[in-house]
Amino acid sequence: MLKPSELEWRPSANRQTLQARQQLMQQIRTFFVERDVLEVETPILNQAPVSDPNIEPLQVMGQGYLHTSPEYAMKRLLCDGIGDIFQICKVFRSGEAGRRHNPEFSMLEWYRVGWNHHHLMVEVAELARVLLAAPEAPIAIFSYREAGQHHAGLDVMTASDAEVAACGISCAGQDLQLDRDGWLDVIVSHQVELALPADTLVFLHDFPATQAALAQVRQTERGPVAERFELFYNGMELANGYHELTDAAEQRQRFEREANGRPLDERLLAAMAESGLPECAGVAMGLDRILMHRLELDTIQSAISFDASRA
Amino acid sequence: MANYSTNEFKSGLKVMLDGEPCSILDNEYVKPGKGQAFSRVKLRNLRNGRVWERTFKSGESLEGADVMEYDMEYLYTDGEFWHFMATDGSFEQHGASEEALGETVKWLKEQETYVVTLFNGAILTVAPPNFVELEVTETDPGLKGDTAQGGSKPATLQTGAVVRVPLFINIGEKLRIDTRSGEYVSRA
Repeated sequence: MLKPSELEWRPSANRQTLQARQQLMQQIRTFFVERDVLEVETPILNQAPVSDPNIEPLQVMGQGYLHTSPEYAMKRLLCDGIGDIFQICKVFRSGEAGRRHNPEFSMLEWYRVGWNHHHLMVEVAELARVLLAAPEAPIAIFSYREAGQHHAGLDVMTASDAEVAACGISCAGQDLQLDRDGWLDVIVSHQVELALPADTLVFLHDFPATQAALAQVRQTERGPVAERFELFYNGMELANGYHELTDAAEQRQRFEREANGRPLDERLLAAMAESGLPECAGVAMGLDRILMHRLELDTIQSAISFDASRA
Repeated sequence: MANYSTNEFKSGLKVMLDGEPCSILDNEYVKPGKGQAFSRVKLRNLRNGRVWERTFKSGESLEGADVMEYDMEYLYTDGEFWHFMATDGSFEQHGASEEALGETVKWLKEQETYVVTLFNGAILTVAPPNFVELEVTETDPGLKGDTAQGGSKPATLQTGAVVRVPLFINIGEKLRIDTRSGEYVSRA
């Protein structure tokens, strides 16, 4: 008999969901053991914050920052020659809350030495089929450019800033005074994502070079593209993958350009400069969202034992 | 009025948008993994009932709207305004314009209670109860067996509203009307 209580102490996920989480973790470990990929744990608490200006790290007074992804530490391991690695861990992103966002969530991140992003996409699809319990799920691969042309009538490589803005404004219903990348984010999240084929593992790859993050940039006849991919399933972003940038000087430049006053991760930069990051591809996958699809849950909160509002 | 930022938006919150008082119906946080965060908001314009969909940058804010809902009893009309009185014991009276009353004028009955929405202290809209009992003031006598019009006939009610009713309904009868559909439900 539930006693009326002002404090919500009960969990936000039921036992069935937590059992499915356990199955998910076991499936992930089996998958990578079979492929000789080593499981690692890297610190959640770090001295340097993430550099990405679109992600807000949580700061622990006097002690450092909670990681928003295990990327920087895992890349240091790669620079040390560890080989293929994976990690399942909690990551933290300040202020991200909604039906598909919890500020603390579970990430699976892995790196394959010597692979490019195309090679990794295939493996992501294999694992996704297992974790989504959809072994027959069809796979569709589109370039970011194709997806934009098809679903938003916009060629992101040749469209002017004004054309991109106009398309974005019609999606948003008002002028948000964004830059080109901001409007592209609006267009993809409001129009393109929803139009992608249903019940299909959809990969978008070759992003605009301005959205390269830590990916390599490749020159094409139409201009530079970032060797990045994202996995979408039924309108939800599930994974973000890269053919990782290995050029230490370029990495420092990118960090400096976007840092906005945040301290840089000098240890990662030193690892890349002194030892070098091997050619590799890496990917980060949101496990709570995978579970949402697997169990047909409406909110990410019901995939998590205690969501942020009751943690 | 206070300002509300997107992370405070939730269903039922009253805000100003483009100079109009609106009620938030839904707020969705949208953020690509490596991109900017947005709030996709569905709002109902409280003046005309239309639903708007707008996206805001996460963290943007909107001015709160001074919108309050009260149960009020309909008193009378002087031809220009329709007067209501709060039922909470305050005896506060407000007048609704024809525009604010809209369709509800068809269902106005003295001493009946309506949900009145005030914006900046003035009546913005008046909503009728889901069902109202009204008397038939005019209708043709229904001839038994006359199914030429599918077994129903028009009837004028005390408010002037015209509804279709079964043939057996006569002048003076009180009917239960569903104000949402404008249809006859049963005899009262």
